[in-house]
Amino acid sequence: MSLAKSLKFKFMKDYGAPALLTFQNFKKRKPRPIPEAFGPPLKANQRLKEILTRHYFLSRYVPGVKKVAWVTSGAPVELLRAFDFYTIYPENHSALVGAKKQGADYCGIAESDGFSQDLCSYARIDLGHMLSGKTPAGKLPKPDLLFCSNNICQTVLYWYKAIAHELDIPLIHFDAPFVTTQQTEADVRYMAQQLQDMIPVLERISGKIFYLDDLEVILKRSMESSQTWGTILKEMQAKPAPMTIFDAFGHLAPIVSLRGLPVAEDYYHILLEEVQDRVARGIGAITEERYRLIWDNIAIWYKVRYLATFFAERKMNFVSATYTNAWAETTGYLDVKDPWNSMAKTYGQIILNNNLKHRLDLMKSMINDYGVHGMVMHSTRSCKPYSVGQFDLRKALNTELDLPAVILDADIADERVWSEQQIQTRLEAFCETLEDQVSAT
Amino acid sequence: MPPRLFVGVDVGSLSTDLVLLNDQGKVLSEIIIATGVNGAEAAEIAFDEALSETELTRGDISAVTATGYGRASVAFATGKTTEISCHGVGAHQLFPNTGTVIDIGGQDSKVIQIDARGRMLDFTMNDKCAAGTGRFLEVMADRLELDLGELSNPLNLEGETAPISSTCTVFAESEVISLLAKHTPREQIVNGLQRSIVNRIWSMVTSIGVQGEVTLTGGVANNKGLVLLLEAQLGRPVNVPDNPQIVGALGAAHIALKGYSQG
Repeated sequence: MSLAKSLKFKFMKDYGAPALLTFQNFKKRKPRPIPEAFGPPLKANQRLKEILTRHYFLSRYVPGVKKVAWVTSGAPVELLRAFDFYTIYPENHSALVGAKKQGADYCGIAESDGFSQDLCSYARIDLGHMLSGKTPAGKLPKPDLLFCSNNICQTVLYWYKAIAHELDIPLIHFDAPFVTTQQTEADVRYMAQQLQDMIPVLERISGKIFYLDDLEVILKRSMESSQTWGTILKEMQAKPAPMTIFDAFGHLAPIVSLRGLPVAEDYYHILLEEVQDRVARGIGAITEERYRLIWDNIAIWYKVRYLATFFAERKMNFVSATYTNAWAETTGYLDVKDPWNSMAKTYGQIILNNNLKHRLDLMKSMINDYGVHGMVMHSTRSCKPYSVGQFDLRKALNTELDLPAVILDADIADERVWSEQQIQTRLEAFCETLEDQVSAT
Repeated sequence: MPPRLFVGVDVGSLSTDLVLLNDQGKVLSEIIIATGVNGAEAAEIAFDEALSETELTRGDISAVTATGYGRASVAFATGKTTEISCHGVGAHQLFPNTGTVIDIGGQDSKVIQIDARGRMLDFTMNDKCAAGTGRFLEVMADRLELDLGELSNPLNLEGETAPISSTCTVFAESEVISLLAKHTPREQIVNGLQRSIVNRIWSMVTSIGVQGEVTLTGGVANNKGLVLLLEAQLGRPVNVPDNPQIVGALGAAHIALKGYSQG
């Protein structure tokens, strides 16, 4: 670690980043007018933007100061934090590229290099970034370590292997056995052992010694942030719901990518306070909430605004999603007194690593708890583990709960897959069914 | 008091269809024209044709419901509804025991479940792909130098079929080219194409299930060979309207009538 670089990083952290944020606020254009169908926007949006801007800005000054790890969304990052890695989440970065409607550009770069168009667009965007250096975030630091877990999909392993090969850096894989009925003790032991085996490797790469006390502090923070996130989502059971799931897609960023850090913990207290205040004062995310919907699968990042407006104008609000729930669902297993086993339980049982029966039961209870009238399922070409089974889930929910549902064939970040005319017809027909059914009851 | 009149107009990707109804639900005029490049204009032309046929003026019409891909562009519409709901209502009007509607249109195909009152319960559509649509047949007719009528010849169910394995229009066209190069008889290729569409439709039918009578709508229902194949696959007869292309517009006109009478 060079002293000059450390000083520069500290300077940027204490002075550079605050100055950048002040400048950004100063030069801020007039905000886009909000369509009438929406309630007042969340004040926390500003804070969220600051946190993410600061995170990406500081990442430029990190090389030579901290070791950088690229991490998958479902990996047990708490362990890495105990070694003070600066973490970058390629999935979040790809979602950002998607939201800026630049996904096709980045995917195209990966495709020209020979990667298949059938590969996940998060992976293609990340590989496109790696091959070209392009990013809407200014500049991303090169990783010293790759850390992935197949608890979200098998693709991450091969995607990260491609990066490891290209950049000639180490890759650590956390193998999470799929939960076909229920997690076994052997599964937990196997995963807990893997985590402990990683310690000497991480010590060598980071040059830092592992202290269990540090991990415990981080786990506690992680647990508290996730629980607060869970409470925020539960506040959406209120009628009207204080925010839409499209808001939650954005506010999800810190719990995914800054989990275990004080900044995430503080942020969710701010958001919870605001959301609770809105509930107390009866402020809804949309002006008139007549129908309540649930979303399944990852967001369609380049169409969040379009979808939010489409539904708000029809007095329909998304009050829940299996996706946003994923970072609150299993954190109850975390236990600072039993870090290894509890991490294995938490990360081994997340929704994408769990069976379809589990998902069906979870969705049924969410539909019930949140007073849901209908469901929109995004069948995404990128995420097979999330999309396979949706037709069966839809059929089961339709039969058992008489729940109208529609499946949208689209993609998370590659906008070339979006066909607006077809999607619009599907959505309008879904709204017609929903209005008919709800008015008939 | 003169009878109140209602119009349904379905601006589809290939044709624009219009139905004029009186308040008893009797059809006074049916118009089918090619949509061409301007859906809004096609709707105007169809409307004027229907009015001149019946010697009416625009002022005589109480309500107009537009449907189809161009529904938003119909300036004279008083309401709009998706073609999915319209095909359900239209099929119900023609065949009141319909529980399942299979609509094979120019650009997409759908399977719709309706209740005893014609209201949609559930639906499924083809994904972003021309497989199993009228467009698929058009491309193939062109390649085989047949018109759509010739392509619809009832096939000999026991007869030989040239296998077309790809459902993709582009790949299937290449298959047809290579079959032609091998001097495969055109009738066999036609059989293969019809089977290919029925297979694609069948996967949608099984995903949503069949209930009640099955009614086939959309222009492709004019293809007799395809209807036979579909019936064989379903194991039961299907209702085919005299004019299957007009069902969406008919449903739209009934929705206009119902909406008007409910105030």
